[in-house]
Amino acid sequence: MSLNPIRVVYFKEIRDLLRDRRTIISMIVVPMIVMPTLIVAISKMASTVVGQARHETAKVMLLGGEDSPATVAALHKLKTIQFAPVSADYTNQISEKKIGAAVEIPPGFDAALAGGASAPNVRIYTYEGDLKSGVAAESLEQFFRQRKDEVVSRRLGERNVSTAVLTPFSIARTNVASPKKLTGNLLGMILPYMVILMCMTGAIYPSVDLTAGEKERGTLETLLCSPVPRTQLVLGKVLVVLTVSVITALLSIFSNGVALLMIRGMTAGVARGKSAAAALALDPTSLAGVAVMMIPMAVFISALMVAAGLFARSSKEANSYVQPLLFLAILPAAAGGLPGVEMNYRLAFIPVFNVSLISKEILSGLIHWNYILMVFGVMTVYAILAIIAAVLLFNRETVLFRT
Amino acid sequence: MIQARELTKVFHDKKRGEVAAVDRVDFNCEAGKIFGLLGCNGAGKTTCLRMLAALIRPSGGSATVNGFDVVADAEKVRASIGFLSTATALYGRLTAYEVVEYFGRLHGMDDAALRPRIDELFLALDMNEFRDRRCDKFSTGMKQKTSIARTLVHDPQVMIFDEPTVGLDVLAARTVLNFIRDCGRGGKTVIFSTHVMSEAEKLCDTVAIIHGGRILAEGSLEELRQRAGLQNLEDIFVKALEEKP
Repeated sequence: MSLNPIRVVYFKEIRDLLRDRRTIISMIVVPMIVMPTLIVAISKMASTVVGQARHETAKVMLLGGEDSPATVAALHKLKTIQFAPVSADYTNQISEKKIGAAVEIPPGFDAALAGGASAPNVRIYTYEGDLKSGVAAESLEQFFRQRKDEVVSRRLGERNVSTAVLTPFSIARTNVASPKKLTGNLLGMILPYMVILMCMTGAIYPSVDLTAGEKERGTLETLLCSPVPRTQLVLGKVLVVLTVSVITALLSIFSNGVALLMIRGMTAGVARGKSAAAALALDPTSLAGVAVMMIPMAVFISALMVAAGLFARSSKEANSYVQPLLFLAILPAAAGGLPGVEMNYRLAFIPVFNVSLISKEILSGLIHWNYILMVFGVMTVYAILAIIAAVLLFNRETVLFRT
Repeated sequence: MIQARELTKVFHDKKRGEVAAVDRVDFNCEAGKIFGLLGCNGAGKTTCLRMLAALIRPSGGSATVNGFDVVADAEKVRASIGFLSTATALYGRLTAYEVVEYFGRLHGMDDAALRPRIDELFLALDMNEFRDRRCDKFSTGMKQKTSIARTLVHDPQVMIFDEPTVGLDVLAARTVLNFIRDCGRGGKTVIFSTHVMSEAEKLCDTVAIIHGGRILAEGSLEELRQRAGLQNLEDIFVKALEEKP
């Protein structure tokens, strides 16, 4: 089989696609600009809102406490809260966000603490899920925890017992995993999913445009008049879809990675104080391994989408075939990244899921060559089958002239 | 040279079952002559020409184009024909030059052969003014000229035209009809389908009236007139349909 016609078709289609605004939007603008901007903007907004809520003085209603002046006086000294006038409809006021929380001090609270008995419960009323209410409740809880510690400390002192009795030993956790492994574990949960998703997202538009789109515009019959064997025509098209799909995925990972580094949210948990750049200790070998595992996967997706697009009469119909493929892949791609899911011989046969799972294992440093080779082999077979399906459809006149 | 023997194409229709779109058709088209396939919409013209262009496979019978069998040598058939119809559109995002260059390359032409050939065609068709403009901005006439250059780039021996003037304005249609006449005069084998009687009268050396997938009458215009005892091709056409078995 001569490769020259495939090359001719490939470069023509790439040129054609790059002149289409929709390709530029789906391949470059969305992954490079829209997604990272959204991530950064949402993160900034969230941190601004949380920051504002923490800096604002929370409005709290004090219920009871008439016979506990010491506690009430201590509460009034808190700078993080301010008190609202007492009212019987405090639950409504919390629901309507007029106040953040209400705290109810039970009768005889101070007396019970002074006397050495157990005081009845302090009750804090909040609106679950509301940020300002949460901040108000947090301030109150912190106050009462501190007060409890003081009482315990005083009572132990009165009995000549050291506070050390409360902590006979402490627990220290030491991490033996290298920063690379830590990053790998974290990346293993999101990177394979993201690559698969972006590969599919990138493949949607060109796969429809190069197949059903050509039928719709009447250029497919023009192309079929050429002496190039149909197998080579379809291989050229699959290669184009593959290229756009991989470029979309790479651009997306790069730009989203930069966005995540900008907000430092991704590495904050791992680094525990280190700078984001230092914490993102990537293992190039693992990344290369994942990239290799993604090759048959991307070919599989591209060929499958071309086959689906070919079968359709119009772009609209093609989209109705191709879009569900995306949703079908999201679940296994995400499931493969879940912690606790481990590879076995049965799972190695489930397309998409197997690549997501093995990529997670590779990134977290688990190298099972038997599974790696098996998943690569299985996906290569699936990719070949998808290419065969596309070639067979492209050779069926009932499909090509189905308008 | 085109030869069709018992050429048949059967489609499966969900409601009607097996339907013969082309039913045991025989004809010869000779080099330097224009053969017209005259028929109403749905008569089987497009199916017949698509089989000759090796775009679809016959269900029965055989056909050879330029000495190549349309089934066994489909790629060689496509290499030796130029196929033009209203269904063969252009790539809107490519320029006229890029479209013609692309099809030249698909026909295996290298730079040394392709560039002078494109220059020659663009000069002959008066296309240099819009050679580097995108096809989606073209008028119908410009599109038609580009399609003609596309079909001629590899200098095919056989030209197949499937209702090439449908939807064209008078001037664009005239360009196409002149081009078809020039192909015949230039020694190419030309087969041309139409339902416009005046076009067939103007251009064709031989006319075949096709209806329901079958050829009802075939011959030169003079022969058809003598057999029918009528002068006007439209009257001959209607009479052939009325007399069909």
